[in-house]
Amino acid sequence: MQNAIMSAFLGGIACSTIGVFVVLMHMPFIGVAMSHAAFAGALLGLWLGINPLIGAFGLCLVVAAIIGPLADRGELSPETSLGVIFSLMLGVAFLFMGLMPGTKSGALELLWGSILTNTRSDIILLAVVAAVVVGLVFIFFKEIQATIFNRGIALSVGLPATLILYGVLFLTGATVTASLRSIGGLLIFSLILNPAAAAYQLTYSMKRMFLLAAGFGVLSGWIGLLFSYLFNIPSGATIVITSSIIFMICAIFSPKRKVKRWEEKSLAKE
Amino acid sequence: MGTTVINIEDAVVSYREDIALRGVSLKVGSGEFVGIIGPNGAGKTTLLTVINGLGKLLSGRVRVLGNSLSRSNGHSLRKKVGYVAQVENIDPRMPMNVREVAMIGRYGVLGLFRRPGKHDWEIVDEMLELVSMTHLARRPIGHLSGGELQRVAIARCLAQEPRLFLLDEPTASLDWKAQAEILELVKKIHDTRQLTTLFVTHDLDALPHTCDRVVLMKDGLIVGDGTPDQLISTDSLSRLYDMPAPVVEERRPHMHIKES
Repeated sequence: MQNAIMSAFLGGIACSTIGVFVVLMHMPFIGVAMSHAAFAGALLGLWLGINPLIGAFGLCLVVAAIIGPLADRGELSPETSLGVIFSLMLGVAFLFMGLMPGTKSGALELLWGSILTNTRSDIILLAVVAAVVVGLVFIFFKEIQATIFNRGIALSVGLPATLILYGVLFLTGATVTASLRSIGGLLIFSLILNPAAAAYQLTYSMKRMFLLAAGFGVLSGWIGLLFSYLFNIPSGATIVITSSIIFMICAIFSPKRKVKRWEEKSLAKE
Repeated sequence: MGTTVINIEDAVVSYREDIALRGVSLKVGSGEFVGIIGPNGAGKTTLLTVINGLGKLLSGRVRVLGNSLSRSNGHSLRKKVGYVAQVENIDPRMPMNVREVAMIGRYGVLGLFRRPGKHDWEIVDEMLELVSMTHLARRPIGHLSGGELQRVAIARCLAQEPRLFLLDEPTASLDWKAQAEILELVKKIHDTRQLTTLFVTHDLDALPHTCDRVVLMKDGLIVGDGTPDQLISTDSLSRLYDMPAPVVEERRPHMHIKES
């Protein structure tokens, strides 16, 4: 259980930090495409008899290498290209699942996740990825902030905005891979999107949004684990449902829904 | 014309099969205020992107502020070139305020690993004051009107402390009052800060009537280059916009041009 609590903490921070990019860059399909690429890659790894996480990370990088130039050049709308990649990855995943001989329990574990059986090495991997994600956001916050606001403007003031975009894709791949065993390929996208989307409802400060998203990510993991333990139900599902409920509560009570009132309050302060 | 700060020689740019610039040559001297006009698709925006290093040349040479533009020096050169684009739709929930957006102009100058200090915030606040946006400095950026957004874009550009001031249709989609205010502001900034300014527009109403020089563009070529008095005549406008002379005449009262 200790390992599960730690995994939820680290996975919550890493996934929701990546989620801030996904939400603010209006590319929710990045998370979907990446999580399915990781799932398909992990199944490829299992089929080939290698570590599934190597397969997951490898295929995530391939997808990032496809998405990046497409989004960069604007040849296709990001939604279209990511939608095509998402469906391809889903097809590939089920292909390898069909090709795998014998029991499919390993594959199903990657599909739904099993945070309760996480090992020490899983936690170390999550800790490294979470530290890298948070560390890079901290170090390159101003470049990230400008790129999120408008990539064209970031480029025009001399910032390496294209590199930042590729960095985000790479980090998304690493985060999804590291969280695959805990949350599962099908559910991880929700843990990327929901906490960040919830934080987005509450603040007009990007720094605060990163902090709130990380907080909601950890909270989703811990509350989800608690429900999973109390009712003996799959932890991946309870974590994702919890994050969705947090999002709904934040959306309902979002101060941004009352823009005019907020503006009056804000101006009165000045 | 002072020292040449922009020297474009025979620039060709294409986007896949569409040729945006067909061998364009242009020299701009320090301190000049150049209006670039022409119909949509004439290559005006591409010309600006060639100057700020974002456009990729198929052939030709570009020297900006004494440096030949190449893939390796694009980033460093852009730090000296301020660029204001058309008003863009901004997510009303974007978690950034006006002051933070204006600060983006300092980010390139600061470079990697350095955070904005007191001096940078002072510059940003000074620029916001210059564009009369101090009272809205803490407002979320997505809550501004089109005219206010353009003021912030100009403040962001000036916070960069650029030597070149490039404006790409900065008054497009603004109402008449906001248009007039932005034009006035641009001229004031050009004069007081002694910048070299290139102002692109397809709309003659939006052309600052105080331009020193006008460049006419059509189909990826420069088809005229001279003073506004020389170039903005019924004949040249009729050819530029493919409009019959009587129609141009009819519209002339709306244009900031002198009778020829």
